Amino acid sequence: MSAIDPQASAKPMIAIDNISKWYGPVQVLNGCTTQVTKGEVVVVCGPSGSGKSTLIKTVNALEPIQKGAITVDGIGVQAKGTNLPKLRARVGMVFQHFELFPHLSIIDNLMLGQCKVLGRSKDDAHDRGLKLLGRVGLSAHSHKYPGQLSGGQQQRVAIARALSMNPIVMLFDEPTSALDPEMVGEVLDVMIELAREGMTMMVVTHEMGFARKVANRVVFMDRGEIVEDATKDDFFDKPRSERAQTFLSKILAH
Amino acid sequence: MNYNWNWRVFFDPSPEGTGTYADMLLSGLSWTIATALCSWIIAFSLGSLIGVLRTLPSRGAQRIGTMYVELFRNIPLLVQMFLWFYVVPELLPGSWGTWLKQLPNASFYTAVICLGFFTASRVAEQVRTGIETLPRGQRMAGTAIGLTTWQTYRYVLLPNAYRVILPPLTSEFLNNLKNTSVALTIGLLELTARARSMQEFSSQVFESFTAATVIYLGISLIVVTLSSKLETRIAVPGSR
Amino acid sequence: MFTDFDFGVVLSSLPYLFGTGMVFTLTLTALAASGGIILGTVIAMMRLSGIAALAIPAKIYVNFMRSLPLVLVIFWFYFLVPYIGQWMTGASRPISVGAFTSALVTFTLFEAAFFSEIMRAGIQAIPKGQTSAAQAIGLTYGQTMRTVILPQAFRNMLPLLLTQTIVLFQDTSLVYVISLTDFLGAASKVAQRDGRLVEMYLFAAAIYLVICITASTLVRRLQRRVAIIR
Repeated sequence: MSAIDPQASAKPMIAIDNISKWYGPVQVLNGCTTQVTKGEVVVVCGPSGSGKSTLIKTVNALEPIQKGAITVDGIGVQAKGTNLPKLRARVGMVFQHFELFPHLSIIDNLMLGQCKVLGRSKDDAHDRGLKLLGRVGLSAHSHKYPGQLSGGQQQRVAIARALSMNPIVMLFDEPTSALDPEMVGEVLDVMIELAREGMTMMVVTHEMGFARKVANRVVFMDRGEIVEDATKDDFFDKPRSERAQTFLSKILAH
Repeated sequence: MNYNWNWRVFFDPSPEGTGTYADMLLSGLSWTIATALCSWIIAFSLGSLIGVLRTLPSRGAQRIGTMYVELFRNIPLLVQMFLWFYVVPELLPGSWGTWLKQLPNASFYTAVICLGFFTASRVAEQVRTGIETLPRGQRMAGTAIGLTTWQTYRYVLLPNAYRVILPPLTSEFLNNLKNTSVALTIGLLELTARARSMQEFSSQVFESFTAATVIYLGISLIVVTLSSKLETRIAVPGSR
Repeated sequence: MFTDFDFGVVLSSLPYLFGTGMVFTLTLTALAASGGIILGTVIAMMRLSGIAALAIPAKIYVNFMRSLPLVLVIFWFYFLVPYIGQWMTGASRPISVGAFTSALVTFTLFEAAFFSEIMRAGIQAIPKGQTSAAQAIGLTYGQTMRTVILPQAFRNMLPLLLTQTIVLFQDTSLVYVISLTDFLGAASKVAQRDGRLVEMYLFAAAIYLVICITASTLVRRLQRRVAIIR
């Protein structure tokens, strides 16, 4: 997949056009513009507080914006008349702190959206849920509760939950940064496999190994701005901005 | 002390002529329980709604919720009881008011409504706290898989919030039950009222009030036991 | 709808409502709150003393009071206090103490249970290191409590104690059941005398509402200040 130049297929799955966001008087996003095309994997990185988590949450309107526009698969996220729940159902999201629903068993976590949003039958949702659990290697845990699983297992369930909605694109908001180091690998493996299957992905992460392996492009942010938006090789081999160079030297130092 | 103890007084016929003093207290107990349960249904549903309003992103909804809570928490229950009983029927269009006043068991219905609205403001505060203590990401996660706001509350936030607030909700339930005694001022013949009339008729102060006290303590004990049973039953495996 | 209402009756009864009724309500609230906080603090210390002979009775007392309706407790003491007085003075008959004394005793003892829970939480929230530090400089248990722990606990819990006092202020209206003339009692008497229930009860509700909202706004402001200092 990564052999094909994604720019050539040229249909933007996510188009972020000059967006700005304020929390009261504080500006957290400043004129950000970027695109994710179908089948592309884009890694968003930057120092903490740079606005990268906020940026990714604007894509499915979990965070409102005050200026600019975002379209997902051609549908305007801010446009009046857009059915947001319907749009969000097609955009999978994985959170830093997993956010599984603690009162539901693993399989029920996977079934809730399928039944209530997509209107699938219980049997159908159950079957699909089990299949996805198998894919992330957790079939045996379907009747446990989130609190009974390790962090790595919970995050894999969270990925399966997002996939259960048959998303056209997946958003990852620092999916490994709340995990103990020994559990990072199992989650990244699932994500790498997903990328290789051709899933369109936007990933906020500090895992540069992941970026090197599967990213097509890297977006570097600092202080609410997109400082660099380059192909993977360009970003790692010859970052243009000084801020990106400093960031890379710090993060690759260990 | 020159007090004539007489614990057999409970088996004496009451001057009402329809049974013993014990029967009288038991009839009071059943009114207490009926009032407490009926008003709790209002308090729980209305309180949940108001509590949810206060956690919605809409400023208007929050303001309505806050106003409700402030209004019902800052007027003494007894005054609210009088307002519902004496004032509301007068403010309604003439025929409605008359109909209300002539309703059989008017004091029971009034007490149920009054306690329901009063306790709702307390339930609302608990529900709001419960929702606010949940991680912010839970709401986002529900929203992100495409649940509507209503569905997010129904399937994600409320089931978790109710688990968190079960102990304080139990206290509110008991407070509501104890507060039914305030309705004796509008003529509801609940347990405290019955103990009071038994004391007046029989002059056995201590026996009458001791009986009522023991019954209230017993109810508390039962409710607390049931609540902790419920807590174990709805506890989520793996949660602390 | 409001045409037959006469709010002039409110105006003409103002001196009675406030001069007699509200003064009674505020006096009862202030005295019962002070007594309740002192007694509540003693009960809290008993519960935290680690001595079973003190802790268990204190716990029973608190749970007992909290399980009973205040109306029932008011009746209890209304009839009990004369006998207690007889027992304490050794008189031959139950002595009449007056409804006010009886109400004051009731509210003090009843609210002490609630104040004690607040003080207990307050004392428990003071880090153990404070006790150790006080004892390290040679203070006795009593001195440690009086000069180090209680002042801190009291200040931290002041907003909650005041909030409970607002609840107490509202609860005092229940003296209606033993026919005392507090603010509501006064309003009620005028209402019955002049047949003006609607006007008087609406007015009483409005006054309670204004006082309680003002008071809780002030408490909230105080709470913010306490939170900053801590």
